[in-house]
Amino acid sequence: MFVAHNGGRTILPPTKEVVLMRRDQSSAEVLDSGTSSTGLRKTPTGISGIDELTGGGLPQGRSTLVCGPAGCGKTLLAMEFLVRGFRNFDEPGVFLSFEETIDDLVTNFVSLGFDLTGAEDAGQLVIDHINVGRGEPNASGDWDLDGLFLRLAAAIDTIGAKRVAIDTLENLFGAFPNAATLRSEMHRLFGWLKERGVTSLITAERGDGTLTRHGIEEYVSDCVIALDNRVIEQASTRLLRILKYRGSAHGTNEYPFFIGQAGVSVLPITSHDLSYPVSTERISTGVASLDAMLGDQGPFKGSMVLVGGGPGTGKSALVASLCEATCQRGKRAMYFSFEESPEEILRNTRSVGLHLARWVDEGLLELHCFRASLLGLEEHLFKIKELVARYDPAVVVKDPVSSLLGFGTSAEIAFLLTRQIDFLKARGITCVFTTLTDAFDVGAAQQKLASLADTWITIRHETADGTSERLLQVVKSRGMAHSNAIGALGISAQGLEITTRAGAAALTG
Amino acid sequence: MSDPPPGREIDLAVPTTDSQEMEASVSENWSFSLYIAGPSPKSTRAAANLRQLCETHVPGRYTIEVVDLVQDPSIARTEDIFAVPTLIRRSPQPMCRVIGDLADADDMVGDLLGFEPTPMG
Repeated sequence: MFVAHNGGRTILPPTKEVVLMRRDQSSAEVLDSGTSSTGLRKTPTGISGIDELTGGGLPQGRSTLVCGPAGCGKTLLAMEFLVRGFRNFDEPGVFLSFEETIDDLVTNFVSLGFDLTGAEDAGQLVIDHINVGRGEPNASGDWDLDGLFLRLAAAIDTIGAKRVAIDTLENLFGAFPNAATLRSEMHRLFGWLKERGVTSLITAERGDGTLTRHGIEEYVSDCVIALDNRVIEQASTRLLRILKYRGSAHGTNEYPFFIGQAGVSVLPITSHDLSYPVSTERISTGVASLDAMLGDQGPFKGSMVLVGGGPGTGKSALVASLCEATCQRGKRAMYFSFEESPEEILRNTRSVGLHLARWVDEGLLELHCFRASLLGLEEHLFKIKELVARYDPAVVVKDPVSSLLGFGTSAEIAFLLTRQIDFLKARGITCVFTTLTDAFDVGAAQQKLASLADTWITIRHETADGTSERLLQVVKSRGMAHSNAIGALGISAQGLEITTRAGAAALTG
Repeated sequence: MSDPPPGREIDLAVPTTDSQEMEASVSENWSFSLYIAGPSPKSTRAAANLRQLCETHVPGRYTIEVVDLVQDPSIARTEDIFAVPTLIRRSPQPMCRVIGDLADADDMVGDLLGFEPTPMG
């Protein structure tokens, strides 16, 4: 009989069998992993980019190791895996922390809009913190980690967890004197997690020249993701790479990712494999003389048109006339403005002979106006995605995208825009972005944007003989013969008109 | 490793004095909580070793509480136990923790638990 003394806590003799995996079962773990080449089941992370790179998510019911240097976003990734799990897939999760306390985690994740306390109350999440910060405990003789297993098992059973994140398991190595025992216990833990059928994500700190400090990768054979944090062109850039994914094809490059207001976003450069439905159809810019400069027909449907220029060069008027032409064809257009209100847009474009209000009334035009500072980059992307998916426009205008600069590093903005363009082009939507350029001094993000553009038009002011002239130039226009002329852009109550200087109007490839 | 047959009893010394009587520091009471996970050989050894140590060093002046975490895993969380067996010395203060089945030599473990060295072995 177990006898309770001192305080009346009655301990009954154990009648249930021990729920932990016994040591002799752990050897079975090695055997069955070769059968997964077909029909490997995956658990979607819900984290943008990662599911694309892994072809559907992490190996279901297995462990994935996420390793990287300090401050590279491991904890965030681990927590987001759980949060997306219960939010998007109705899969409760357990977060086992060896580092941050529960209070710290709760506080830190509020800024990302993750209400961890609420999730715990709703039975979607259990956070347990194991304090290994006491220093090395005194030890005498034989021990194991059954206490840890019990805690984890209890947490999993409480909410029926399907996902487990452990951050950072290797901290145990600092807490115990006997590394050999610890190693065998780690081995047992991974076997046990597998037996429980939970999909787990284990984080580990990068070692000196090794993937992890204590070689924990040798226990995780299914999937290994490496994160890094490097300074590229004076900008700190986070990078993600799938090092290993047994039984599954995966992207092998390093992919930039950023941590936005809504969590981790990985940008697979080759998202959608650049396999857009390519159209040979052309759309009118609404300015006949500009269409003439663009191979006589205007830009391709589903391409990306960038209009760059200084303040007051007529960028907004140009894109408004493209909207007008789109609506005249009976197609829908969506106009995002970061500087003007809907009323201002309608009034100002009326002065150049455009009557956009009637298209709004007819439901062919939607104007969405908000300050770029209103939303985080990731939210911005998400909002536009949502609106576009609902409205299904033929043309999306963003005026000006340069407003987004200053709300992230140029690398982040370039990623954001690349992804947005990918999304729009994949749907055959023509994207028309304006950008405020200061003469020819273009920043990194703008340069990136210009290289992404299929058609790049610049407008600049030139003063001569006491008057000022707007000069429009088609810098590039892929896939068509376009004019190399520099035309004078006239804006009047009748609309926009480009007059090219005599003799200069040749079409070039 | 195999489990002992179910229902096997673990003998523990029942203290003769009540722990409330904490008078003089000379006759200070020793209070231990031993956290185990089921009736494994390690658990049995830890309990037996602890009892023997107490009998040797502080006979009649100790209490031992054995807590089986399998019966109530939530205790593992509240007491922050992850390795087993874990022994917590609750008194005398300060509290201290020792993990393992206490299988080292008597004077070594006794030292960890804070017992005075015994004059005779």
